[in-house]
Amino acid sequence: MERFGFAISKGRQIDYDANSRHIAGYISEREPSFRVCIECGCCAATCTTGNFTSFSLRELHILLKRGENESVRENIKKCMLCGKCTLVCPRGVNTRNVVTLARQAFQKFPADAV
Amino acid sequence: MEKHVVVIGGGVAGMEAAGHLQKSGFRVSLFEKEEKPGGHLNDWYKLFPDRRRSSEVKEYLDKITSEDGIKIITGSIIDKIVSDKNQFRISDKDGKEYSADAVIIATGFDLFKSERKEEYGYGIYDNVITSADLEKMFRSGSIELADGRIPETVGIVHCVGSRDEKVGNLYCSKLCCVTAVKQAIEIREHLPSSKVFCFYMDMRMGGAYYEELYREAQEEWGVNFIRGKVSEVSEAINNKLVIKSEDTLAGKPLKMQVDMLVLMAGMEMSEGGLKLSESSGLNKGNNRFFSPADHHFGSNKSNIKGIFYAGTCTMPMNITETISHARAAVSDVIDYLKDSKA
Amino acid sequence: MKIDGKKAIWKDYQKEIAEDKFYYVRSCVRQNFFPGSETAFLRIMRDILKKDVFEHPCHTTCTGIGYHSDIVPVETTMTVVARQFALMTESGYENLMPSCITSFGLYTEILDTWHHFPEVEEKIRKQLRKATGREFKSPKNLAHASDVIYKFRKEISAKAKYKLVNKNTGEPLKVVDHIGCHYAKMFPSKGVGGAEYPYVLAGMVEEWGGQVIDYPERRHCCGFGFRQYLVQANRGFSIACSKEKFESMKPFKPDMIITNCPGCPMFLDRWQYVINEMEGKTYGADGEGIPVFTYEEVAGLMLGFDPWDLGLQMHQTDCEPVLEKIGIEYDPAAKYVINGVNTKTNAKAYLTVN
Repeated sequence: MERFGFAISKGRQIDYDANSRHIAGYISEREPSFRVCIECGCCAATCTTGNFTSFSLRELHILLKRGENESVRENIKKCMLCGKCTLVCPRGVNTRNVVTLARQAFQKFPADAV
Repeated sequence: MEKHVVVIGGGVAGMEAAGHLQKSGFRVSLFEKEEKPGGHLNDWYKLFPDRRRSSEVKEYLDKITSEDGIKIITGSIIDKIVSDKNQFRISDKDGKEYSADAVIIATGFDLFKSERKEEYGYGIYDNVITSADLEKMFRSGSIELADGRIPETVGIVHCVGSRDEKVGNLYCSKLCCVTAVKQAIEIREHLPSSKVFCFYMDMRMGGAYYEELYREAQEEWGVNFIRGKVSEVSEAINNKLVIKSEDTLAGKPLKMQVDMLVLMAGMEMSEGGLKLSESSGLNKGNNRFFSPADHHFGSNKSNIKGIFYAGTCTMPMNITETISHARAAVSDVIDYLKDSKA
Repeated sequence: MKIDGKKAIWKDYQKEIAEDKFYYVRSCVRQNFFPGSETAFLRIMRDILKKDVFEHPCHTTCTGIGYHSDIVPVETTMTVVARQFALMTESGYENLMPSCITSFGLYTEILDTWHHFPEVEEKIRKQLRKATGREFKSPKNLAHASDVIYKFRKEISAKAKYKLVNKNTGEPLKVVDHIGCHYAKMFPSKGVGGAEYPYVLAGMVEEWGGQVIDYPERRHCCGFGFRQYLVQANRGFSIACSKEKFESMKPFKPDMIITNCPGCPMFLDRWQYVINEMEGKTYGADGEGIPVFTYEEVAGLMLGFDPWDLGLQMHQTDCEPVLEKIGIEYDPAAKYVINGVNTKTNAKAYLTVN
């Protein structure tokens, strides 16, 4: 790096096969409604946290499903569990439970958080 | 004397129209280019959204077209219709001529030729197949890779040849989304340990029980949906297919390997319909399908009096719509022949 | 993989390539990057294929590098290109044959623009007249130099001394063909074989006895891309592009890479060294690099040109493994000798003499 003045950039592509989806699996087993999300964004639109910080439950959903766990681990702590998102979800996803289970999974399996 | 109506095309629309024309008291000749009638139904295994066997619909159509008064002429390609004083002269490829008092064109659709989307490598990579190829596998009862192995991961690409300016098709073929969902479920049914990924631009589930089927696919069958069109396919050293799309909902490009890739080929105006349109002066729309006289209240009428359209030669339709459209064409024929008698 | 599917696509993308009387325009950078290539090309065209190839001493850059780096506005670029056309017209030639892929892409793009917007062409004609007093005719035929070698690939193999075959095993060499982005991605119909499965280099490799490797990242940029390289801070992006390709081709155990663009061989060659320095990784067999060649160098090798006359000593990734595999006769001791002076051990002496 020092010799050349630059380092090889890291790709930002989701490498689906290399990622672990253990956390998503843990959630979906215990909260099957996790599967029927259609990423409409209702949850994120109504979210108090999302209006003031970079927090989107919709995005966290998709990142977990793709195994992009690292960015979710810290971010998911921002949720206040007020339940507004569950109220508005057109697919009836128990979003509150998804958040709780995700936090649980991150604690239980820290190795999968990357 | 009983009037004679010619129906060109022996698929769902043509057979339904023929049956209803006969019921209405007309003598009917039904021309089919293939060796047997049935059209695309013959290639499909089960139908959306209820996954009934396509053969059940075929049986119904066979029954209504087996009545006296319907003559089915197979292996005949009609290539010209000439209108002459309330009469139509219809000729086939071999120069054989027929006359009729009215004509229903039901030349249907062709599946988009998927090799035209070069980036997907259909016809090049062993395990890139189309929705039609997959139906054949369902019929045979085994879903296999080219080398006989069982696929573990299957990708499904929506909108192949639809909503795509690059191939000259701006329209949505309307049925491929629900076909993808249906086939995804069937793959999971056949191969319970498989993983299925649908790559879509929009999920267009606008039909009775389509959205419910989509939900069932997620809920019961664990089908994965990734919003983003696959933009390139290649083959890795392990013979797996490497596909690239953007996961537009995650906002990141995505790369993954699948064993098999199924292309949801869209619907295009049939080659036979195109030729007929050229030879007989029938108007086409920008989408190359026959252009009906009026999209709201004349969707069965052509620009030539006495020639009518039925089914997917005018736009992509599902079987329910095709059958309704064919019946409506018959109703137009009845009106027309009643008037022309005067 | 079904080769017939590819052949069907190749058939759809046949372009017209002139037979003779070429007006050759050189690349800005190739004479530094791979100094033997253009010379070898002219030798093949003139001495072996007996073609009329003309070069004009007043020819300049097409400004492609500046255009693609947002330094030169497109109208200026068009006027410079119009001047190249004028020089060609004045010399009595009609078949333009650029050495550079980006020039080729730029000429194609400009001709296409003028086709759709004739008023732009008129404006450029006026500008050229005002600035230089020159007039021009648009080229009758525009083919990249690699198109021309592709066209004459059979004539070359008829006169070839070697084949792209491993002399010990008798097996064809496994060759990665890498096509410059500006060759056909913008205008697929202007490239032999189109943009998805280009055949221009694959056709040469096949004809000369090698076997083309189809690896997943074959369409990926080499990492040159002008803007991502020119600024040092962006070079991590540039090298990551090359690395992505190497990682993808490595499992196929390629013997060599063949290219048709000025930037691609440069970056595929040099970045292998840098990746090795940074991460200790290599991508070729036996822990070596994968030798990278221009198509002119490969054609020259097939015809029995001396590797050092082709400038292969200027490659950072050693080319000797390929020379050995094919069984090409060469003098290892002469690698750095120019005019009797060893430029590696005695650079000072060389510089003083020359």
